Amino acid sequence: MRRTMLFVPGNSPNLLMNFDILGADSVILDLEDAVSPAEKDSARILVRSMLQTMGDTGCEVIVRINPVDTDFWKEDLREVVKCCPSMIMPTKVGGPETVKQVADYIGQLEKEYGIPEGTVGIIPLIETALGVENAFAIAGADKRVRAMLLGGEDLTADLRCKRTKEGNEIFYARSRMVCAARACGIDVYDTPFTDVNDMEGLRKDAELAKSLGFSGKSSISPGHVAAINEIFSPTQEEIDYAHEVMDTIEEAKRQGKGVVALRGKMIDAPIVNRAKQVIEMEEAMFGGVRQ
Amino acid sequence: MSKLISSIKEAVELCGIRDGMTVSFHHHMRNGDKVLNMVMEVIAEKGIKDITVNASSIFDCHEPLIGYMKDGVVTGIECGYMGAKVGRAVSRGMLKNPAVFRTHGGRASDMIKGTSHVDVAFVAAPSADCMGNCTGKYGKSACGSMGYAFADAQTADKVVVITDNLRPYPLSGFSIPEVYVDYVVEVDEIGDPKGIVSGTTQITRDPVGLRIAQYAAEVIEASGLLKDGFSFQTGAGGATLAAAKYVKEKMLAGGIKGSFGMGGITGYMVDMLNEGCFESLIDVQCFDLKAIESINNDPRHMEVSAEQYAGVSGRSAAVDSLDVVLLGATQVDTDFNVNVHTDSNGYIMGGSGGHSDTAAGAKLAIILAPLVRARLPLITDRCHCISTPGSTVDVVVTQRGIAVNTSIEKNRQLEEALKAKGLPVVDIKELKAIGEKITGVPKPIKQGDKVIAKVLYRDGTLLDEIHQVAGE
Repeated sequence: MRRTMLFVPGNSPNLLMNFDILGADSVILDLEDAVSPAEKDSARILVRSMLQTMGDTGCEVIVRINPVDTDFWKEDLREVVKCCPSMIMPTKVGGPETVKQVADYIGQLEKEYGIPEGTVGIIPLIETALGVENAFAIAGADKRVRAMLLGGEDLTADLRCKRTKEGNEIFYARSRMVCAARACGIDVYDTPFTDVNDMEGLRKDAELAKSLGFSGKSSISPGHVAAINEIFSPTQEEIDYAHEVMDTIEEAKRQGKGVVALRGKMIDAPIVNRAKQVIEMEEAMFGGVRQ
Repeated sequence: MSKLISSIKEAVELCGIRDGMTVSFHHHMRNGDKVLNMVMEVIAEKGIKDITVNASSIFDCHEPLIGYMKDGVVTGIECGYMGAKVGRAVSRGMLKNPAVFRTHGGRASDMIKGTSHVDVAFVAAPSADCMGNCTGKYGKSACGSMGYAFADAQTADKVVVITDNLRPYPLSGFSIPEVYVDYVVEVDEIGDPKGIVSGTTQITRDPVGLRIAQYAAEVIEASGLLKDGFSFQTGAGGATLAAAKYVKEKMLAGGIKGSFGMGGITGYMVDMLNEGCFESLIDVQCFDLKAIESINNDPRHMEVSAEQYAGVSGRSAAVDSLDVVLLGATQVDTDFNVNVHTDSNGYIMGGSGGHSDTAAGAKLAIILAPLVRARLPLITDRCHCISTPGSTVDVVVTQRGIAVNTSIEKNRQLEEALKAKGLPVVDIKELKAIGEKITGVPKPIKQGDKVIAKVLYRDGTLLDEIHQVAGE
């Protein structure tokens, strides 16, 4: 469970060696847009070296690779899969075949490197109209797919409309992605809010994303992380209630009761699942920065 | 009567400057200073040799000193801070005698105690009258406080005020009075305003610096010092100014009314004064235009001499009443000693300034620095140069952990308070290991035999020596 996914340029040593202290639950080390073609090789070596050096930091690592129609993506995977990142993010995913292509190569590399099969997951970046329409198929394309991310900037270019702070132009895409992801039982993350200085706009955008059902939100600015974390964190009341639910379930099990109620309401499977999510979120809070 | 004379050349002649003398300057014009270069040009033209330049700081704009070092015009430099250009030349062994570094407080006190003698002091003055009353608070080259120049004026055998804004007698709001001044010279420009101050001092956007700043503010809160009457000093750069932002937020949220802010003053500290965080500001040096405007207009914003700020020659100094100071470092060792003199290759690129004065005086001295800078770890077994002794440093804050100097008894309670707050307290040796895990263990810098600088502590005792860089 992640509230924030922070993009970190793959060619910035200072940020790479500090990615785990920026407060994000998860970081996306970027080998794609942040890195010019001339620096692709040095960036992937830098990212690999940094991951090998840092070891387990308590902050989840995702690596965004170059698109499958470029010469770079296989080399990207060859360097980084050996470090066992939590997930690989293929970009501009338009359909399930791209996911399969990447998944197959990851599988090949896992075998080659002696890594247990399925260690490295996939989080497709959906940023085209085709990708949005195929979101359900993409979400279910491979067992490695654990989450999806919406990329609003490229999507609006593809839709030939203007990207606005209000985000009406991506409302459909957001809703469709949430629906597709939930239907497949995976997490779904919202596009970054790109005005780094507009904190009020960020908060509104993140609150909207949360209200639509997103699991969390990506960010291009470390300055946005705290606000996103706050918005996607459960309230103390929600946390307390979740613990109460789980305690009640445990107690019922001990007493051999099949059906239990809390505060006069039957505790059914969706309530238990929600409680588990809240507790998981509580445990993930602070992104490993705080002890 | 008038003390006004026609030129710097006439001043040099009337003061009888000759081989072997010491001339002094202050650095309030910072990297825009023209006075040191103008005076030294005249001294060189007159064929005078073996001069010691005692300047409160040497900046890159003073690069012509390198030529005078080569020619034997300048054979000694005494200062509180030395920028990288002149620092590199000194590190290469180009200066005949070892440079002498003092703290800002120590420099003033050594002059007042008579252990540092100045033959002729040249005081760059943004406004002055014909009898030598002068101030930095206004004028086209305004620099605000002139705190570092007071001791020079008080103790030098001869004092020359050099101004580009000659005003009718008596000058209103003077800082240094005529009683100390022998001659006044009017010139076109004493400094380049662009180099004297920055327009506004910006808080860092570097996320690592901000993380360090957040931790520092948490340490201050946990110390119990952040309450009514709180006094505070912070620098103008990197994470230290950002920490002031978080401290301010805590003060405003808690309705805390501090007593004073001190130091080199930035616009940010002025904002804190105006928003009620402090009752007053104690200012030895202004860093930006907002600070200059404030010291000129607000009686709560007070100019002080370097001796009153941080000296040891008076019966007390303001640093003795300071609660918290935030300081930077290029290196920290496992005994908490701090280096702010040399760079990663052993070349001089700084100096203590008020670093060790404030660390010694403040109840809580916090060092803020990234654990890895460029290719090197911050923490080492022994600093290349000890600028501030570890016995005066309480806490080192990095983005990956906070090390508390528990060899100082009072800090044990602080360490417990930080742990109780959930802050990442780490032993300094462990912090060193974390940094070295990323960078590896750096090889020691190769040094030559020649001592090229002596670092004096604020009481005038020798703290460390800097050697020539090997192969230079």
